[in-house]
Amino acid sequence: MVTSAAEAFREDWGRVLAALIGILGDFELAEEAAQEAFATAAERWPREGVPSNPANWLVTTGRNRAIDTLRRRRVLAEKTRLLEAEAEEATEMDEDGTIPDERLELLFTCCHPALSTEAQVALTLRTLGGLETGEIARAFLVAEPTMAQRLVRAKAKIKAAGIPFRVPPDHLLPDRLAAVTATIYLIFNEGYGGRGELAGEAIRLGGALAELMPDEPEAHGLLALMLLLEARRAARFDRDGEIVLLADQDRELYDAAAVASGRAALDRALALRGRGPYVVQAAIGALHADEPRDREQIAALYAELARLTDSPVVELNRAVAIGEAYGPAAGLALVEKIDGLDSYRYLHSARGELLARLGREAEARAAFERALALIDDEAEERLIARKLRAISR
Amino acid sequence: MRYIMLINHGDSPTPADPERWATLSAAEQEQIGVDYQALNQTPGVEPGPWMQPPEAATTVRVEDGRTLTTDGPFVETKEALGGFFFFEAEDLDAAIELAARVPAARLGGAIEVRPLKEGW
Repeated sequence: MVTSAAEAFREDWGRVLAALIGILGDFELAEEAAQEAFATAAERWPREGVPSNPANWLVTTGRNRAIDTLRRRRVLAEKTRLLEAEAEEATEMDEDGTIPDERLELLFTCCHPALSTEAQVALTLRTLGGLETGEIARAFLVAEPTMAQRLVRAKAKIKAAGIPFRVPPDHLLPDRLAAVTATIYLIFNEGYGGRGELAGEAIRLGGALAELMPDEPEAHGLLALMLLLEARRAARFDRDGEIVLLADQDRELYDAAAVASGRAALDRALALRGRGPYVVQAAIGALHADEPRDREQIAALYAELARLTDSPVVELNRAVAIGEAYGPAAGLALVEKIDGLDSYRYLHSARGELLARLGREAEARAAFERALALIDDEAEERLIARKLRAISR
Repeated sequence: MRYIMLINHGDSPTPADPERWATLSAAEQEQIGVDYQALNQTPGVEPGPWMQPPEAATTVRVEDGRTLTTDGPFVETKEALGGFFFFEAEDLDAAIELAARVPAARLGGAIEVRPLKEGW
């Protein structure tokens, strides 16, 4: 139940903006109109009460403001005539109480591969997430004017290059859906390292994607994966801020509600016969939340994921999982076969861990020291330092 | 939307370089010809004129009122424009799909899809 303009903002910004872009065919104009509509709501709702359908009210208000703006500016006389015609149509539509939900169109436009990854992320957070430019800038540690310019450029490119506002046709959909899920997961990972609001935002976006594409298993898989990872947040660091590795985490600290939601989303993905990378990763996440954990099954799923992604990082994860399931010698044998990760700190820390468990102390020490040289995170440095001290003992 | 499709041959073999062109089989050479012909006949495509290879280019600058010429293209030969055509398309997705059908795109070259300004 929406009770204030502030709540409506979070709930409805993406939907209202998407509808306005659909009507006006112009990102910049639609964003201005949406901002004016929300400002008007903030001023009037406390006095006059919240309308029965806040989103419709906001779209109608925004559309009327945009028409006023266009009239005032006296630009594109033809466009105004076009708008009036569309406005009449839209007014009729308002009477049966629904505006079309065009958030999916908006998401595919924002995540179009003709935009840089940085632009995709910023635009998705601004338009669908409703984050202010300053908030996005702070989350990505860039100056606000830089972020503002990034957003302006992205919107200008959408218009100039003719990036369509639509859900891609079937023959383009698999690639383009992969771009959307990658953008959302990137936002999540930015938040995973500590900026929790971004992780929460990514989960909201993932929830919207799953709701808008209910038959798409990877959408549910992505949502499940994010929920299951986020559920571990409180267990990932101890009271002193030290990293607690997955194997040592206290499962009592997992967010039970998030685990349950994650499992439910995974079940839907599996019921849709999902076997894609996000579904497999979510399945691994679900197994890690079990007590006791089925280590052999986890290793088997990593093998499947390695086959799907052909990524050396996934192969490293598989080696670690094999080490957990079948002993350090089996894990180490796989680690030694991995190519191209020599400057990847987790290769050396995982190798050090396996060597230490095998009692090969000198080699373990060398591997941990190599990892230490590649790390620039203080908590990770302290973790490796603890490992090194444990060998000396 | 109207786009200009700029073809960069990059490393792709072209008849302008007989030695490299000969590394392709007769069937591959023929397919390239067939593909370019099909592009030119696609609705919305306005073929550009044939260009001589970048080696034939002369680059002209004016400094302090003096005209300076250098042999070759403005950018590296490998990066030089190899050809162009126009395409009237519904949107960028349609232009990208067409660009992917240009043989140079799969042979080591690339197509730059550039929207044209309307109304001039």
